[in-house]
Amino acid sequence: MNFKMMGRFIAQILSIEGFFMLPALLISLSHGEDMAVKGFLVALAAIGVGVLSLSLICRGAPSAFYAKEGLVCVGASWIAMSLAGCLPFWVSREIPVFIDAFFEIVSGFTTTGASILPEVESLSKGILYWRSFSHWLGGMGVLVFLLAFTGGKGQGFTMHLLRAESPGPNVGKLVPKMRTTAAILYIIYVILTILNILFLWMGDMPLFDSVCHAFGTAGTGGFGIKNDSFTSYSPYLQNVTTVFMILFGVNFSCYYLLLIREWKSVIRDEELRTYFCIILASVALIVWNTRGLYGTLEETIRHAAFQVASLMTTTGYATADFDLWPSFSKTILLCLMVVGACAGSTGGGLKVGRAMLIFKSLGRNIRQVMKPRKVMAVRNNGLVVPEKVLDNTNAYLSAYIIILFFSFLLISLDGFSTGTNFSAILACFNNIGPGLEAVGPTCNYSAFSDFSKLVLIVDMLAGRLEIFPILVLFSHYTWKND
Amino acid sequence: MNIIIAGDGKVGSMLTRQLSSEGHDITVIDSNSSVLESTVERYDVFAVHGNCASMDVLLQAGVKDADLLIAATSEDEVNLLCCTTAHALNPKLHTIGRIRNPEYTEQIYRMRNIFGLSMVINPENQAATEIDRLLKYPGFLRRDTFAKGRTEIVELRVGAGSKLCNVRLMDLESIVRCKVLVCAVLRDGSASAPRGDFVLREGDRVFFTALSQNLTTLLKNLGILTRRVRSVTICGGSKISYYLASRLKKSGISSRIIEKDYARCRELCALLPDTEIIHGDISNQELLESEALGKTDALVTLTGIDEMNMIVSLYAASQGVPQVITKLGHTGNRSIIDSLNLGSVICPRDLVCNNIVRYVRAMENQTGAALSVHTIADGQAEALEFLVDEHTLNIGKPLKEIRLKPNILLVSISHGATPEIPNGDSFFRQGDTVVVVDTNSREIIRQLNDIFA
Repeated sequence: MNFKMMGRFIAQILSIEGFFMLPALLISLSHGEDMAVKGFLVALAAIGVGVLSLSLICRGAPSAFYAKEGLVCVGASWIAMSLAGCLPFWVSREIPVFIDAFFEIVSGFTTTGASILPEVESLSKGILYWRSFSHWLGGMGVLVFLLAFTGGKGQGFTMHLLRAESPGPNVGKLVPKMRTTAAILYIIYVILTILNILFLWMGDMPLFDSVCHAFGTAGTGGFGIKNDSFTSYSPYLQNVTTVFMILFGVNFSCYYLLLIREWKSVIRDEELRTYFCIILASVALIVWNTRGLYGTLEETIRHAAFQVASLMTTTGYATADFDLWPSFSKTILLCLMVVGACAGSTGGGLKVGRAMLIFKSLGRNIRQVMKPRKVMAVRNNGLVVPEKVLDNTNAYLSAYIIILFFSFLLISLDGFSTGTNFSAILACFNNIGPGLEAVGPTCNYSAFSDFSKLVLIVDMLAGRLEIFPILVLFSHYTWKND
Repeated sequence: MNIIIAGDGKVGSMLTRQLSSEGHDITVIDSNSSVLESTVERYDVFAVHGNCASMDVLLQAGVKDADLLIAATSEDEVNLLCCTTAHALNPKLHTIGRIRNPEYTEQIYRMRNIFGLSMVINPENQAATEIDRLLKYPGFLRRDTFAKGRTEIVELRVGAGSKLCNVRLMDLESIVRCKVLVCAVLRDGSASAPRGDFVLREGDRVFFTALSQNLTTLLKNLGILTRRVRSVTICGGSKISYYLASRLKKSGISSRIIEKDYARCRELCALLPDTEIIHGDISNQELLESEALGKTDALVTLTGIDEMNMIVSLYAASQGVPQVITKLGHTGNRSIIDSLNLGSVICPRDLVCNNIVRYVRAMENQTGAALSVHTIADGQAEALEFLVDEHTLNIGKPLKEIRLKPNILLVSISHGATPEIPNGDSFFRQGDTVVVVDTNSREIIRQLNDIFA
């Protein structure tokens, strides 16, 4: 294990985080929020000390850096980043308990949006901004940012980092250079975010609110700045947010293909088609199931579409308390939570592409039982999917289910209802935010014990980083010297 | 003509035999000196030892004075380089290159000017085309098309209990109830042009000339079942199998390939999404029965081993598969092959040689040359298509007044777009195309006037 190299990476990531904390500090300063300013300054000081000591210790690191280092580095840097990121919450006393502050920032960076705060409107502006911005930074990934703007100096190992941090079964570069790939992803991300801010702002939302909500939407996070999330905003703002949530749930390489005018491959993309089909079908079913619940058809469709987009892309905003919807609609939403958004988007969950591969390979294996001699391949977009990818996907599914059930078992110690526990695990593991019943859209996670919160924190990180970077931290093979 | 044949393999040696017997000056290039020695011993040709893609060797073989170069080594890349180099040395040279790799076929055909290729030949693709054509009309052992697809010569075998058994040719029309002409009969391994009092016997292979639109009527009136082929089983995953399966897919026929090598199965599976690929050894009878026989309309054996193809075809025919097609790499001993019930026999090498010989004849005589030449009846007869021009003799005379050389038949006349199976009162005009069948293998018909006595 090349700890020194990892230390340098972590130092770089912490300095990026510190840099992004400056706008939040400025906002706090301009609003004269003394406690928040103190919180940010302490955090920046801690980051400064950490970066300095890490770069002193890790001088002259050897350059050997392989898949194992990549995985461990991603897991470790996310934990380090979260530890530094929660300091403003804790030091400013706005979230007085450390584990709560840690939960909140992990929920932010992993774009979950699960909160332990019963009430957010009393938080200071700087803290609110930092809370929302953590979604934006975590959505595309801070390592990708590092690669995009500091460059990997052309070394091949950067692929391990991108693969470990980017969601999806089959991560590839868009262009030969990793740095350019990462930059393209971030540019698309920034442009879409700015568009989102403009559209919200045009709908008479204050600029600060627009920025915070756009960050939450872009990262498919879900932290709002109002207690009732999106319920009190105008139908226009709700619809804009629906559209942008869906857009941020699309694989970003599709946007790149659109930019280079490869229309056909975008239109024919199987994952994209499936993604839109699932959204349309779910909206239709929920509209049918909740008919009569709202005054007009327009309102029914608006709420159904918003909730479907929010849960499918694992954002977690809400315009309606879907906990009050009929059971069929709630079950559809639970299923959408598991499926998640497209691979290569900022969304979480199992990913549409991965779910498709799982279904296809299952179908293939069933047919294989009946025709043992037939040679069959699983195809995606007409191309044969390598068996190794299928193996990884199935292994991912197993890991997913095992973690799901262990976490379910562990948090059930708190004595909440099965529905609450199950939906809480689903909502955290798939980076959504609100679940059902006691953790529904109008409630929060503050009632859980510290131990359960720790379990949920691990789940959130595992869900965001596609399980393996977190899983390897717990494996003794990782720490063996060889 | 001066012809250089590069590569003295299966195709090369067959071309050497055929073209030297037609009186051309042949130079053979090969890198294997013992093969060259035996060629020089058998045929009156000049041999050059070396790499045919190298300039020195080509110059030594007289590329400057050559009219045609045929590159038929086993390597596509060598053939390509050989043709390009030779063409650069002698821009007037015609070049024929054999390209077999499916990945190259399309692009090289399109870029043949860049490579200096006059013609690209692909034995596997040609064999697949031929098999595809046979599958369209189950019942015929072979089909050759003339007059832009309007006239055909088809081959039928007189089986036991066939309606053709013991029929005099002059009574044939009352049975088939459409106009056909028997242009050759192969009996006991020798071909002849039969007269009206000829009586067909069991085991004969008969070559009919018929209009393409009458083929269905012909089969129906002979009592041969003509159910459309819907599913085809292909034994062996060779290049021909790939070409065939992709062709069949275009015509909406489902196909199934059985291949022994698992890695090749995976490759085929990636290339052919709609074809069922089965991993297994066709020499295993149980596999053959469970996967192939009984539910297939046609079975094509395309493995690289002739003996395997023959055995599987024999077994399939005995199990009542309606149509069986066998690929053979060597057709040396025709009398043994004929005595077996192998269905249609396809030999890629023969197809390619036919094609090249046709090209050579067309080059040799720009005016009055055959439009196309087809070797039928195991190479004992030729069917040639000619254009009637102003130099042709006997224009406008009824056929009964024209005397033809022995064993030569005029089997079809096409006036513009209307084809005709001729009788004694038919005649041809300038601009028509005619098809002539020559069962006299000693004499070569170079132009149409050669057929008149």
